[in-house]
Amino acid sequence: MKLKNTPVMSSSFITFIDMFALVDCNNFYASCERVFNPNLCNKPVAILSNNDGCVISRSDEAKAIGVPMGAPAFKYKHFFKEHQVHVFSSNYPLYGDMSTRVMSILHQFTPDIEVYSIDEAFLQFKGFDNYDLSLYGDKIRQRILKWTGIPTCVGIAPTKALSKVANKIARKFPKQTNGVFIIDTDQKRVKALKWIKIKDVWGIGRRLQKRLKIKNINTAYDFIQLSDEWILKNFSIIEWKLKKELEGIPTLELEIPKIKKSIATTRSFETTFSDIDNIKERISTFATSCAEKLRKQGSSCHMIVVLLSSDRHKKNIPQHRTNKSVILSYPTDSSLVISNAAIDAVVSIFKSGVKYKRAGVIVTGLVPTDNHQLNLFLNENPKHKSLMSVFDQLNTKFGDYKIKIANQDLKRTWKMRQEHLSPRYTTAINEILKVK
Amino acid sequence: MKVLQSQQNLTFYSPEISTDNTGAIFVDVGISAGFPSPADDFKQQRISLDKELIKNKEATFFARVSGQSMVGAGLDDNDLLVVDRSLEPAHNKIAVCFIDGEFTVKRLKIEANDLWLQPENSNYKPIKVTEENDFVIWGIVTSVIKKV
Repeated sequence: MKLKNTPVMSSSFITFIDMFALVDCNNFYASCERVFNPNLCNKPVAILSNNDGCVISRSDEAKAIGVPMGAPAFKYKHFFKEHQVHVFSSNYPLYGDMSTRVMSILHQFTPDIEVYSIDEAFLQFKGFDNYDLSLYGDKIRQRILKWTGIPTCVGIAPTKALSKVANKIARKFPKQTNGVFIIDTDQKRVKALKWIKIKDVWGIGRRLQKRLKIKNINTAYDFIQLSDEWILKNFSIIEWKLKKELEGIPTLELEIPKIKKSIATTRSFETTFSDIDNIKERISTFATSCAEKLRKQGSSCHMIVVLLSSDRHKKNIPQHRTNKSVILSYPTDSSLVISNAAIDAVVSIFKSGVKYKRAGVIVTGLVPTDNHQLNLFLNENPKHKSLMSVFDQLNTKFGDYKIKIANQDLKRTWKMRQEHLSPRYTTAINEILKVK
Repeated sequence: MKVLQSQQNLTFYSPEISTDNTGAIFVDVGISAGFPSPADDFKQQRISLDKELIKNKEATFFARVSGQSMVGAGLDDNDLLVVDRSLEPAHNKIAVCFIDGEFTVKRLKIEANDLWLQPENSNYKPIKVTEENDFVIWGIVTSVIKKV
Protein backbone atom coordinates (compact mmCIF):
# COMPACT_ATOMS: atom_id res chain seq x y z
CA MET A 1 0.00 0.00 0.00
CA LYS A 2 1.23 3.47 -0.81
CA LEU A 3 1.29 6.01 1.95
CA LYS A 4 -0.38 9.29 1.23
CA ASN A 5 2.04 11.99 0.14
CA THR A 6 5.02 9.68 0.24
CA PRO A 7 6.99 9.44 -2.94
CA VAL A 8 7.65 5.87 -3.91
CA MET A 9 10.95 5.88 -5.71
CA SER A 10 12.14 3.27 -8.08
CA SER A 11 15.41 3.63 -9.93
CA SER A 12 14.45 6.73 -11.89
CA PHE A 13 10.70 6.98 -11.69
CA ILE A 14 8.60 8.42 -8.91
CA THR A 15 4.96 7.65 -8.44
CA PHE A 16 3.14 10.31 -6.48
CA ILE A 17 -0.34 10.17 -5.18
CA ASP A 18 -1.07 13.88 -4.87
CA MET A 19 0.20 16.35 -7.40
CA PHE A 20 0.19 20.15 -7.40
CA ALA A 21 -0.20 22.46 -10.35
CA LEU A 22 0.68 26.10 -10.56
CA VAL A 23 -1.37 27.91 -13.16
CA ASP A 24 0.02 31.34 -13.99
CA CYS A 25 -1.47 33.83 -16.45
CA ASN A 26 1.14 35.11 -18.88
CA ASN A 27 1.72 38.87 -18.54
CA PHE A 28 -1.76 39.05 -17.05
CA TYR A 29 -2.61 42.76 -17.23
CA ALA A 30 -1.18 43.11 -20.74
CA SER A 31 -3.09 39.98 -21.79
CA CYS A 32 -6.37 41.40 -20.40
CA GLU A 33 -5.90 44.50 -22.57
CA ARG A 34 -5.25 42.30 -25.60
CA VAL A 35 -8.47 40.31 -25.20
CA PHE A 36 -10.51 43.43 -25.92
CA ASN A 37 -8.03 45.01 -28.26
CA PRO A 38 -6.52 42.27 -30.43
CA ASN A 39 -4.60 44.96 -32.34
CA LEU A 40 -2.14 44.83 -29.47
CA CYS A 41 -1.15 41.23 -30.24
CA ASN A 42 2.53 40.85 -31.15
CA LYS A 43 3.14 44.46 -30.11
CA PRO A 44 4.93 45.81 -27.03
CA VAL A 45 2.42 46.59 -24.28
CA ALA A 46 3.17 48.08 -20.86
CA ILE A 47 0.76 48.62 -17.97
CA LEU A 48 1.44 51.35 -15.40
CA SER A 49 0.73 51.26 -11.67
CA ASN A 50 -1.85 53.47 -9.94
CA ASN A 51 -1.38 57.13 -10.84
CA ASP A 52 0.62 56.03 -13.88
CA GLY A 53 3.71 55.66 -11.70
CA CYS A 54 5.77 52.79 -13.06
CA VAL A 55 5.55 49.72 -15.26
CA ILE A 56 3.92 46.75 -13.52
CA SER A 57 3.15 44.40 -16.42
CA ARG A 58 4.80 43.93 -19.81
CA SER A 59 4.08 41.89 -22.88
CA ASP A 60 6.88 39.60 -24.09
CA GLU A 61 7.59 42.13 -26.87
CA ALA A 62 8.01 44.93 -24.33
CA LYS A 63 10.38 42.75 -22.31
CA ALA A 64 12.36 41.97 -25.47
CA ILE A 65 12.99 45.63 -26.31
CA GLY A 66 14.21 46.23 -22.76
CA VAL A 67 11.36 47.81 -20.79
CA PRO A 68 12.31 46.85 -17.22
CA MET A 69 9.78 45.90 -14.56
CA GLY A 70 9.17 48.92 -12.38
CA ALA A 71 10.39 51.39 -15.00
CA PRO A 72 9.22 54.88 -13.90
CA ALA A 73 6.79 56.14 -16.55
CA PHE A 74 8.17 59.67 -16.67
CA LYS A 75 11.69 58.42 -17.32
CA TYR A 76 10.56 56.14 -20.13
CA LYS A 77 8.16 58.51 -21.85
CA HIS A 78 10.50 59.07 -24.73
CA PHE A 79 11.47 55.42 -24.96
CA PHE A 80 7.82 54.36 -25.17
CA LYS A 81 7.22 56.79 -28.00
CA GLU A 82 10.32 55.84 -29.91
CA HIS A 83 9.63 52.09 -29.69
CA GLN A 84 5.86 52.43 -30.15
CA VAL A 85 5.10 50.79 -26.83
CA HIS A 86 1.35 50.75 -26.14
CA VAL A 87 1.04 52.11 -22.64
CA PHE A 88 -2.02 51.67 -20.38
CA SER A 89 -3.05 52.89 -16.95
CA SER A 90 -4.02 49.98 -14.73
CA ASN A 91 -7.66 49.04 -15.21
CA TYR A 92 -8.32 47.06 -12.03
CA PRO A 93 -12.05 46.65 -12.59
CA LEU A 94 -11.21 44.80 -15.82
CA TYR A 95 -8.28 42.78 -14.44
CA GLY A 96 -10.26 41.85 -11.33
CA ASP A 97 -13.18 40.55 -13.35
CA MET A 98 -10.97 38.60 -15.74
CA SER A 99 -9.14 37.10 -12.75
CA THR A 100 -12.45 36.01 -11.22
CA ARG A 101 -13.34 34.26 -14.48
CA VAL A 102 -9.99 32.46 -14.67
CA MET A 103 -10.15 31.32 -11.02
CA SER A 104 -13.71 30.18 -11.43
CA ILE A 105 -12.75 28.06 -14.45
CA LEU A 106 -9.90 26.54 -12.41
CA HIS A 107 -12.44 25.45 -9.80
CA GLN A 108 -14.02 23.26 -12.47
CA PHE A 109 -10.86 21.14 -12.58
CA THR A 110 -10.34 20.43 -8.88
CA PRO A 111 -12.05 21.39 -5.63
CA ASP A 112 -8.67 22.07 -4.02
CA ILE A 113 -7.36 25.43 -5.13
CA GLU A 114 -5.39 28.22 -3.53
CA VAL A 115 -5.71 31.55 -5.28
CA TYR A 116 -2.17 32.77 -4.79
CA SER A 117 -2.46 36.18 -6.44
CA ILE A 118 -4.59 37.98 -9.02
CA ASP A 119 -3.00 35.94 -11.81
CA GLU A 120 -1.82 32.64 -10.33
CA ALA A 121 -3.27 29.74 -8.40
CA PHE A 122 -2.09 26.45 -6.95
CA LEU A 123 -4.26 23.44 -7.69
CA GLN A 124 -4.02 20.18 -5.85
CA PHE A 125 -4.98 16.92 -7.52
CA LYS A 126 -5.99 14.41 -4.88
CA GLY A 127 -6.97 11.00 -6.15
CA PHE A 128 -6.28 11.80 -9.79
CA ASP A 129 -4.17 8.62 -10.09
CA ASN A 130 -5.77 7.54 -13.32
CA TYR A 131 -5.51 10.92 -15.00
CA ASP A 132 -2.90 11.87 -17.52
CA LEU A 133 -2.10 15.13 -15.76
CA SER A 134 -0.11 16.45 -18.69
CA LEU A 135 -3.22 16.21 -20.87
CA TYR A 136 -5.32 17.59 -18.03
CA GLY A 137 -2.99 20.59 -17.77
CA ASP A 138 -3.38 21.17 -21.46
CA LYS A 139 -7.15 21.04 -21.10
CA ILE A 140 -6.96 23.69 -18.35
CA ARG A 141 -4.89 25.96 -20.59
CA GLN A 142 -7.14 25.48 -23.60
CA ARG A 143 -10.32 26.18 -21.67
CA ILE A 144 -9.01 29.36 -20.04
CA LEU A 145 -7.67 30.58 -23.37
CA LYS A 146 -10.86 29.87 -25.28
CA TRP A 147 -13.32 31.13 -22.68
CA THR A 148 -11.47 34.21 -21.48
CA GLY A 149 -8.74 34.83 -24.08
CA ILE A 150 -6.04 34.76 -21.39
CA PRO A 151 -2.92 32.65 -22.12
CA THR A 152 -1.56 30.67 -19.18
CA CYS A 153 1.22 28.26 -18.32
CA VAL A 154 0.79 25.17 -16.19
CA GLY A 155 3.51 23.54 -14.10
CA ILE A 156 2.70 20.21 -12.47
CA ALA A 157 4.81 18.47 -9.82
CA PRO A 158 4.59 16.58 -6.55
CA THR A 159 5.18 19.70 -4.42
CA LYS A 160 4.20 23.36 -4.58
CA ALA A 161 7.79 24.57 -4.92
CA LEU A 162 8.46 22.11 -7.75
CA SER A 163 5.24 23.12 -9.50
CA LYS A 164 6.61 26.68 -9.51
CA VAL A 165 9.81 25.39 -11.12
CA ALA A 166 7.79 23.37 -13.67
CA ASN A 167 5.77 26.48 -14.45
CA LYS A 168 8.94 28.48 -15.14
CA ILE A 169 10.05 25.79 -17.59
CA ALA A 170 6.67 25.78 -19.36
CA ARG A 171 6.85 29.57 -19.65
CA LYS A 172 10.46 29.63 -20.84
CA PHE A 173 10.11 26.90 -23.48
CA PRO A 174 6.67 27.38 -25.04
CA LYS A 175 7.55 25.52 -28.25
CA GLN A 176 8.81 22.38 -26.54
CA THR A 177 6.25 22.32 -23.72
CA ASN A 178 3.16 23.88 -25.28
CA GLY A 179 2.72 25.74 -22.03
CA VAL A 180 2.47 22.64 -19.83
CA PHE A 181 5.36 20.99 -18.02
CA ILE A 182 5.15 18.14 -15.59
CA ILE A 183 7.89 16.97 -13.24
CA ASP A 184 6.92 13.35 -12.71
CA THR A 185 10.23 11.56 -12.72
CA ASP A 186 13.32 11.95 -10.63
CA GLN A 187 15.31 12.49 -13.79
CA LYS A 188 13.15 15.44 -14.85
CA ARG A 189 13.29 16.87 -11.34
CA VAL A 190 17.09 16.82 -11.22
CA LYS A 191 17.36 18.29 -14.71
CA ALA A 192 14.92 21.06 -13.81
CA LEU A 193 16.75 21.89 -10.58
CA LYS A 194 20.06 22.06 -12.40
CA TRP A 195 18.51 24.45 -14.89
CA ILE A 196 16.79 26.89 -12.54
CA LYS A 197 18.85 29.68 -11.05
CA ILE A 198 18.63 30.04 -7.30
CA LYS A 199 17.25 33.58 -7.64
CA ASP A 200 14.25 32.24 -9.57
CA VAL A 201 13.32 29.70 -6.93
CA TRP A 202 10.12 30.47 -5.05
CA GLY A 203 10.80 31.95 -1.63
CA ILE A 204 14.49 32.75 -2.10
CA GLY A 205 14.74 36.42 -1.28
CA ARG A 206 17.51 38.79 -2.20
CA ARG A 207 19.28 38.55 1.15
CA LEU A 208 19.32 34.78 1.02
CA GLN A 209 20.57 34.90 -2.56
CA LYS A 210 23.60 36.90 -1.51
CA ARG A 211 24.47 34.47 1.26
CA LEU A 212 24.08 31.51 -1.07
CA LYS A 213 26.16 33.18 -3.75
CA ILE A 214 29.05 33.41 -1.33
CA LYS A 215 28.83 29.65 -0.86
CA ASN A 216 28.90 29.32 -4.66
CA ILE A 217 25.33 28.09 -4.83
CA ASN A 218 23.92 29.09 -8.18
CA THR A 219 21.15 26.63 -8.96
CA ALA A 220 18.37 24.95 -7.04
CA TYR A 221 20.32 21.72 -7.46
CA ASP A 222 23.33 23.22 -5.67
CA PHE A 223 20.96 24.32 -2.91
CA ILE A 224 19.59 20.86 -2.20
CA GLN A 225 23.14 19.50 -1.91
CA LEU A 226 23.48 21.47 1.33
CA SER A 227 22.88 19.28 4.35
CA ASP A 228 19.65 19.59 6.34
CA GLU A 229 21.67 20.36 9.44
CA TRP A 230 23.59 23.16 7.79
CA ILE A 231 20.39 24.76 6.46
CA LEU A 232 18.64 24.53 9.82
CA LYS A 233 21.68 25.94 11.57
CA ASN A 234 22.33 28.80 9.18
CA PHE A 235 18.88 29.62 7.88
CA SER A 236 15.53 28.55 9.24
CA ILE A 237 12.82 25.96 9.07
CA ILE A 238 11.39 27.80 6.04
CA GLU A 239 14.47 27.12 3.92
CA TRP A 240 14.59 23.55 5.18
CA LYS A 241 10.98 23.07 4.09
CA LEU A 242 11.85 24.54 0.72
CA LYS A 243 14.71 22.06 0.38
CA LYS A 244 12.36 19.16 1.12
CA GLU A 245 9.88 20.51 -1.40
CA LEU A 246 12.58 20.68 -4.05
CA GLU A 247 13.55 17.11 -3.18
CA GLY A 248 9.99 16.10 -4.00
CA ILE A 249 8.74 15.72 -0.44
CA PRO A 250 5.71 17.91 0.21
CA THR A 251 5.99 20.18 3.24
CA LEU A 252 3.69 22.97 2.14
CA GLU A 253 -0.05 22.56 1.90
CA LEU A 254 -2.61 24.58 0.04
CA GLU A 255 -3.43 27.70 2.00
CA ILE A 256 -7.00 28.75 1.85
CA PRO A 257 -7.36 32.09 3.61
CA LYS A 258 -10.85 32.91 4.75
CA ILE A 259 -10.48 36.61 5.31
CA LYS A 260 -7.71 39.09 4.69
CA LYS A 261 -5.26 39.54 7.51
CA SER A 262 -4.61 43.18 6.79
CA ILE A 263 -6.05 45.82 4.52
CA ALA A 264 -4.10 48.64 2.94
CA THR A 265 -4.81 51.76 0.96
CA THR A 266 -1.68 53.46 -0.31
CA ARG A 267 -1.26 55.88 -3.16
CA SER A 268 1.24 58.12 -4.85
CA PHE A 269 0.05 61.69 -5.11
CA GLU A 270 -0.28 63.31 -8.47
CA THR A 271 2.02 66.08 -7.27
CA THR A 272 3.98 66.40 -4.05
CA PHE A 273 2.75 67.90 -0.77
CA SER A 274 4.83 69.66 1.79
CA ASP A 275 1.96 71.01 3.92
CA ILE A 276 0.32 69.02 6.67
CA ASP A 277 -3.25 69.93 5.71
CA ASN A 278 -3.22 68.19 2.37
CA ILE A 279 -1.56 65.17 3.88
CA LYS A 280 -4.09 65.03 6.71
CA GLU A 281 -6.86 65.07 4.17
CA ARG A 282 -5.31 62.25 2.13
CA ILE A 283 -4.65 60.11 5.21
CA SER A 284 -8.22 60.62 6.34
CA THR A 285 -9.49 59.47 2.94
CA PHE A 286 -7.25 56.39 2.95
CA ALA A 287 -8.32 55.56 6.51
CA THR A 288 -11.97 55.89 5.52
CA SER A 289 -11.40 53.57 2.59
CA CYS A 290 -9.71 50.98 4.85
CA ALA A 291 -12.58 51.20 7.34
CA GLU A 292 -15.05 50.66 4.55
CA LYS A 293 -13.19 47.54 3.39
CA LEU A 294 -13.14 46.30 6.99
CA ARG A 295 -16.91 46.68 7.28
CA LYS A 296 -17.38 44.88 3.97
CA GLN A 297 -15.63 41.75 5.24
CA GLY A 298 -17.04 42.07 8.75
CA SER A 299 -13.71 42.70 10.47
CA SER A 300 -12.44 45.20 12.99
CA CYS A 301 -8.82 46.22 13.44
CA HIS A 302 -6.57 46.47 16.45
CA MET A 303 -3.73 48.31 14.81
CA ILE A 304 -3.26 51.10 12.28
CA VAL A 305 -0.05 51.76 10.39
CA VAL A 306 0.48 55.07 8.64
CA LEU A 307 3.11 55.40 5.91
CA LEU A 308 4.58 58.58 4.51
CA SER A 309 7.31 58.90 1.94
CA SER A 310 9.04 61.44 -0.27
CA ASP A 311 9.74 60.86 -3.96
CA ARG A 312 12.53 58.30 -4.05
CA HIS A 313 13.18 58.95 -7.73
CA LYS A 314 14.24 62.51 -7.00
CA LYS A 315 17.43 61.93 -5.08
CA ASN A 316 18.43 65.60 -5.10
CA ILE A 317 15.64 66.69 -2.73
CA PRO A 318 15.44 65.91 1.01
CA GLN A 319 14.28 62.34 1.49
CA HIS A 320 12.06 61.16 4.31
CA ARG A 321 10.49 57.74 4.51
CA THR A 322 8.68 56.88 7.70
CA ASN A 323 5.84 54.99 9.26
CA LYS A 324 4.06 54.84 12.56
CA SER A 325 1.84 52.21 14.07
CA VAL A 326 -0.91 52.89 16.54
CA ILE A 327 -2.42 50.20 18.74
CA LEU A 328 -6.05 50.83 19.59
CA SER A 329 -7.56 50.08 22.98
CA TYR A 330 -10.45 48.28 21.32
CA PRO A 331 -10.94 46.80 17.85
CA THR A 332 -12.94 49.01 15.56
CA ASP A 333 -14.36 49.37 12.08
CA SER A 334 -15.48 52.95 12.55
CA SER A 335 -14.28 55.42 9.91
CA LEU A 336 -14.21 58.12 12.57
CA VAL A 337 -12.00 56.29 15.05
CA ILE A 338 -9.62 54.97 12.38
CA SER A 339 -9.38 58.31 10.64
CA ASN A 340 -8.68 60.23 13.85
CA ALA A 341 -6.02 57.78 14.96
CA ALA A 342 -4.38 57.85 11.52
CA ILE A 343 -4.34 61.65 11.48
CA ASP A 344 -2.76 61.82 14.95
CA ALA A 345 -0.12 59.39 13.75
CA VAL A 346 0.68 61.26 10.56
CA VAL A 347 0.95 64.60 12.39
CA SER A 348 3.51 63.04 14.73
CA ILE A 349 5.76 61.79 11.92
CA PHE A 350 5.41 64.67 9.46
CA LYS A 351 8.56 66.74 8.91
CA SER A 352 8.20 70.19 7.43
CA GLY A 353 10.33 71.01 4.43
CA VAL A 354 9.95 67.56 2.89
CA LYS A 355 8.03 67.12 -0.33
CA TYR A 356 5.92 64.02 0.23
CA LYS A 357 4.89 61.94 -2.74
CA ARG A 358 3.30 58.86 -1.26
CA ALA A 359 1.19 57.95 1.74
CA GLY A 360 -0.82 55.06 2.97
CA VAL A 361 -2.86 53.53 5.74
CA ILE A 362 -2.74 49.86 6.69
CA VAL A 363 -5.14 48.31 9.17
CA THR A 364 -4.12 45.05 10.73
CA GLY A 365 -4.66 42.78 13.73
CA LEU A 366 -8.08 41.97 12.37
CA VAL A 367 -10.81 40.24 14.35
CA PRO A 368 -14.37 39.41 13.39
CA THR A 369 -16.53 42.39 14.33
CA ASP A 370 -19.38 40.45 15.85
CA ASN A 371 -17.41 38.55 18.48
CA HIS A 372 -14.60 40.75 19.66
CA GLN A 373 -13.87 40.99 23.36
CA LEU A 374 -15.21 43.96 25.22
CA ASN A 375 -12.74 46.12 27.04
CA LEU A 376 -13.66 46.88 30.61
CA PHE A 377 -12.94 50.60 30.45
CA LEU A 378 -12.82 51.66 26.85
CA ASN A 379 -15.24 50.70 24.16
CA GLU A 380 -16.47 52.07 20.94
CA ASN A 381 -19.21 54.61 21.07
CA PRO A 382 -22.21 52.39 20.23
CA LYS A 383 -23.62 55.14 18.03
CA HIS A 384 -20.79 54.60 15.52
CA LYS A 385 -22.18 51.26 14.44
CA SER A 386 -25.48 52.59 13.19
CA LEU A 387 -23.81 55.73 11.85
CA MET A 388 -21.39 53.67 9.77
CA SER A 389 -24.12 51.50 8.35
CA VAL A 390 -26.02 54.60 7.18
CA PHE A 391 -22.74 55.97 5.81
CA ASP A 392 -22.19 52.83 3.73
CA GLN A 393 -25.79 52.69 2.52
CA LEU A 394 -25.73 56.29 1.32
CA ASN A 395 -22.43 55.88 -0.45
CA THR A 396 -23.65 52.74 -2.19
CA LYS A 397 -26.86 54.48 -3.19
CA PHE A 398 -25.35 57.71 -4.47
CA GLY A 399 -21.94 56.40 -5.39
CA ASP A 400 -18.70 58.33 -5.68
CA TYR A 401 -18.30 58.97 -1.96
CA LYS A 402 -20.89 61.68 -1.51
CA ILE A 403 -20.76 61.18 2.26
CA LYS A 404 -17.41 61.97 3.76
CA ILE A 405 -16.18 62.64 7.23
CA ALA A 406 -15.23 66.17 8.15
CA ASN A 407 -11.49 65.58 7.80
CA GLN A 408 -11.99 64.90 4.16
CA ASP A 409 -12.46 67.87 1.90
CA LEU A 410 -15.93 67.77 0.35
CA LYS A 411 -15.20 70.11 -2.51
CA ARG A 412 -12.07 68.40 -3.46
CA THR A 413 -12.36 65.48 -5.77
CA TRP A 414 -9.11 63.65 -5.95
CA LYS A 415 -8.41 61.84 -9.09
CA MET A 416 -5.84 59.26 -9.88
CA ARG A 417 -3.78 60.09 -12.86
CA GLN A 418 -5.02 57.63 -15.46
CA GLU A 419 -4.13 59.09 -18.79
CA HIS A 420 -4.08 55.80 -20.67
CA LEU A 421 -7.10 54.04 -19.24
CA SER A 422 -8.89 51.42 -21.35
CA PRO A 423 -12.67 50.92 -21.05
CA ARG A 424 -14.10 48.75 -18.27
CA TYR A 425 -15.31 46.24 -20.85
CA THR A 426 -16.86 43.80 -18.39
CA THR A 427 -18.07 45.88 -15.47
CA ALA A 428 -19.60 49.05 -16.98
CA ILE A 429 -22.46 48.70 -19.46
CA ASN A 430 -21.57 51.95 -21.23
CA GLU A 431 -18.00 50.81 -21.85
CA ILE A 432 -18.57 47.39 -23.45
CA LEU A 433 -17.13 46.36 -26.82
CA LYS A 434 -18.63 47.96 -29.92
CA VAL A 435 -19.04 45.74 -32.96
CA LYS A 436 -19.92 46.89 -36.45
CA MET B 1 -29.29 -2.27 2.33
CA LYS B 2 -28.71 -4.15 -0.83
CA VAL B 3 -26.28 -7.04 -0.91
CA LEU B 4 -23.73 -6.39 -3.61
CA GLN B 5 -21.49 -9.39 -3.42
CA SER B 6 -21.26 -12.18 -0.90
CA GLN B 7 -18.17 -14.26 -0.26
CA GLN B 8 -17.38 -16.73 2.44
CA ASN B 9 -16.42 -14.25 5.16
CA LEU B 10 -17.26 -10.93 3.66
CA THR B 11 -20.48 -9.41 2.45
CA PHE B 12 -20.55 -6.13 0.56
CA TYR B 13 -23.50 -3.82 1.02
CA SER B 14 -24.51 -0.74 -0.80
CA PRO B 15 -26.90 1.79 0.73
CA GLU B 16 -30.26 2.03 -0.91
CA ILE B 17 -31.38 5.54 -1.57
CA SER B 18 -34.86 6.19 -0.43
CA THR B 19 -37.02 8.02 -2.91
CA ASP B 20 -40.40 7.86 -1.31
CA ASN B 21 -39.78 10.66 1.22
CA THR B 22 -40.78 8.65 4.23
CA GLY B 23 -39.35 9.57 7.61
CA ALA B 24 -39.13 12.97 9.25
CA ILE B 25 -39.63 16.04 7.14
CA PHE B 26 -37.76 19.21 7.99
CA VAL B 27 -40.00 22.25 8.21
CA ASP B 28 -38.11 25.48 7.68
CA VAL B 29 -40.90 28.02 7.82
CA GLY B 30 -41.16 28.00 11.60
CA ILE B 31 -44.37 27.36 13.43
CA SER B 32 -46.45 30.33 14.32
CA ALA B 33 -49.96 30.84 15.41
CA GLY B 34 -52.32 31.75 12.64
CA PHE B 35 -52.80 30.13 9.31
CA PRO B 36 -49.60 29.48 7.31
CA SER B 37 -49.36 31.15 3.95
CA PRO B 38 -50.85 28.83 1.35
CA ALA B 39 -48.16 30.04 -1.06
CA ASP B 40 -45.27 28.63 1.01
CA ASP B 41 -45.65 25.17 -0.52
CA PHE B 42 -45.35 26.62 -3.99
CA LYS B 43 -42.43 28.96 -3.51
CA GLN B 44 -40.18 29.16 -6.54
CA GLN B 45 -37.23 31.22 -7.66
CA ARG B 46 -38.24 34.41 -9.43
CA ILE B 47 -37.38 34.39 -13.13
CA SER B 48 -33.86 35.59 -13.74
CA LEU B 49 -32.87 36.96 -17.14
CA ASP B 50 -29.23 36.41 -16.25
CA LYS B 51 -29.90 32.72 -15.77
CA GLU B 52 -31.96 32.56 -18.93
CA LEU B 53 -29.53 34.40 -21.19
CA ILE B 54 -26.17 33.40 -19.73
CA LYS B 55 -25.41 29.70 -19.93
CA ASN B 56 -21.71 29.99 -19.17
CA LYS B 57 -20.96 33.02 -17.06
CA GLU B 58 -17.17 32.67 -17.13
CA ALA B 59 -17.18 32.80 -20.93
CA THR B 60 -19.96 35.33 -21.51
CA PHE B 61 -19.34 38.95 -22.46
CA PHE B 62 -21.56 41.75 -23.71
CA ALA B 63 -21.08 43.85 -26.81
CA ARG B 64 -23.03 46.66 -28.43
CA VAL B 65 -24.03 46.73 -32.09
CA SER B 66 -22.89 49.74 -34.02
CA GLY B 67 -24.37 50.12 -37.51
CA GLN B 68 -26.90 48.44 -39.73
CA SER B 69 -25.06 45.52 -41.34
CA MET B 70 -27.09 42.84 -39.54
CA VAL B 71 -30.59 44.40 -39.45
CA GLY B 72 -31.95 41.41 -41.40
CA ALA B 73 -30.99 39.14 -38.50
CA GLY B 74 -32.67 41.46 -36.01
CA LEU B 75 -29.48 43.14 -34.85
CA ASP B 76 -30.16 46.86 -34.88
CA ASP B 77 -27.87 49.74 -34.11
CA ASN B 78 -27.26 49.99 -30.34
CA ASP B 79 -28.66 46.56 -29.51
CA LEU B 80 -26.94 44.61 -26.76
CA LEU B 81 -25.39 41.28 -27.70
CA VAL B 82 -24.76 38.35 -25.41
CA VAL B 83 -21.55 36.71 -26.60
CA ASP B 84 -20.40 33.29 -25.44
CA ARG B 85 -16.73 32.55 -26.14
CA SER B 86 -16.99 28.91 -25.13
CA LEU B 87 -19.19 27.92 -28.08
CA GLU B 88 -17.67 26.44 -31.21
CA PRO B 89 -18.06 28.48 -34.38
CA ALA B 90 -20.23 26.75 -36.99
CA HIS B 91 -21.97 27.41 -40.28
CA ASN B 92 -24.84 29.91 -39.92
CA LYS B 93 -23.90 31.01 -36.41
CA ILE B 94 -23.69 34.74 -35.77
CA ALA B 95 -20.24 35.59 -34.47
CA VAL B 96 -18.29 38.55 -33.14
CA CYS B 97 -15.10 38.54 -35.19
CA PHE B 98 -11.98 40.62 -35.23
CA ILE B 99 -10.85 41.26 -38.76
CA ASP B 100 -8.03 43.56 -39.85
CA GLY B 101 -8.07 45.72 -36.78
CA GLU B 102 -11.81 45.95 -36.24
CA PHE B 103 -14.57 44.13 -34.37
CA THR B 104 -17.50 43.09 -36.50
CA VAL B 105 -20.62 40.97 -36.06
CA LYS B 106 -21.63 38.79 -39.04
CA ARG B 107 -23.14 35.42 -39.88
CA LEU B 108 -20.53 32.72 -40.53
CA LYS B 109 -20.88 30.93 -43.86
CA ILE B 110 -18.62 27.95 -44.29
CA GLU B 111 -18.58 26.72 -47.87
CA ALA B 112 -16.21 23.97 -48.94
CA ASN B 113 -12.88 25.41 -47.81
CA ASP B 114 -13.99 29.03 -47.71
CA LEU B 115 -15.15 31.14 -44.84
CA TRP B 116 -17.45 34.07 -45.51
CA LEU B 117 -18.71 36.77 -43.16
CA GLN B 118 -22.26 37.34 -44.34
CA PRO B 119 -23.98 40.65 -43.51
CA GLU B 120 -27.77 40.65 -43.39
CA ASN B 121 -28.39 43.90 -45.20
CA SER B 122 -28.36 44.17 -49.00
CA ASN B 123 -26.29 47.38 -48.80
CA TYR B 124 -23.34 45.42 -47.43
CA LYS B 125 -21.16 42.90 -49.21
CA PRO B 126 -20.09 39.55 -47.81
CA ILE B 127 -16.45 39.41 -46.76
CA LYS B 128 -14.33 36.45 -47.77
CA VAL B 129 -11.79 35.59 -45.11
CA THR B 130 -8.42 34.66 -46.56
CA GLU B 131 -5.03 33.94 -45.12
CA GLU B 132 -4.04 37.54 -45.72
CA ASN B 133 -6.60 38.74 -43.21
CA ASP B 134 -5.71 39.26 -39.58
CA PHE B 135 -8.70 37.29 -38.32
CA VAL B 136 -10.09 35.83 -35.09
CA ILE B 137 -13.53 34.54 -34.22
CA TRP B 138 -13.93 36.22 -30.83
CA GLY B 139 -17.19 34.68 -29.65
CA ILE B 140 -20.61 33.40 -30.69
CA VAL B 141 -23.69 35.60 -30.31
CA THR B 142 -26.38 33.79 -28.32
CA SER B 143 -28.96 36.53 -27.78
CA VAL B 144 -29.77 40.07 -28.76
CA ILE B 145 -31.38 42.44 -26.30
CA LYS B 146 -33.13 45.50 -27.68
CA LYS B 147 -35.01 48.45 -26.32
CA VAL B 148 -38.40 48.99 -27.94
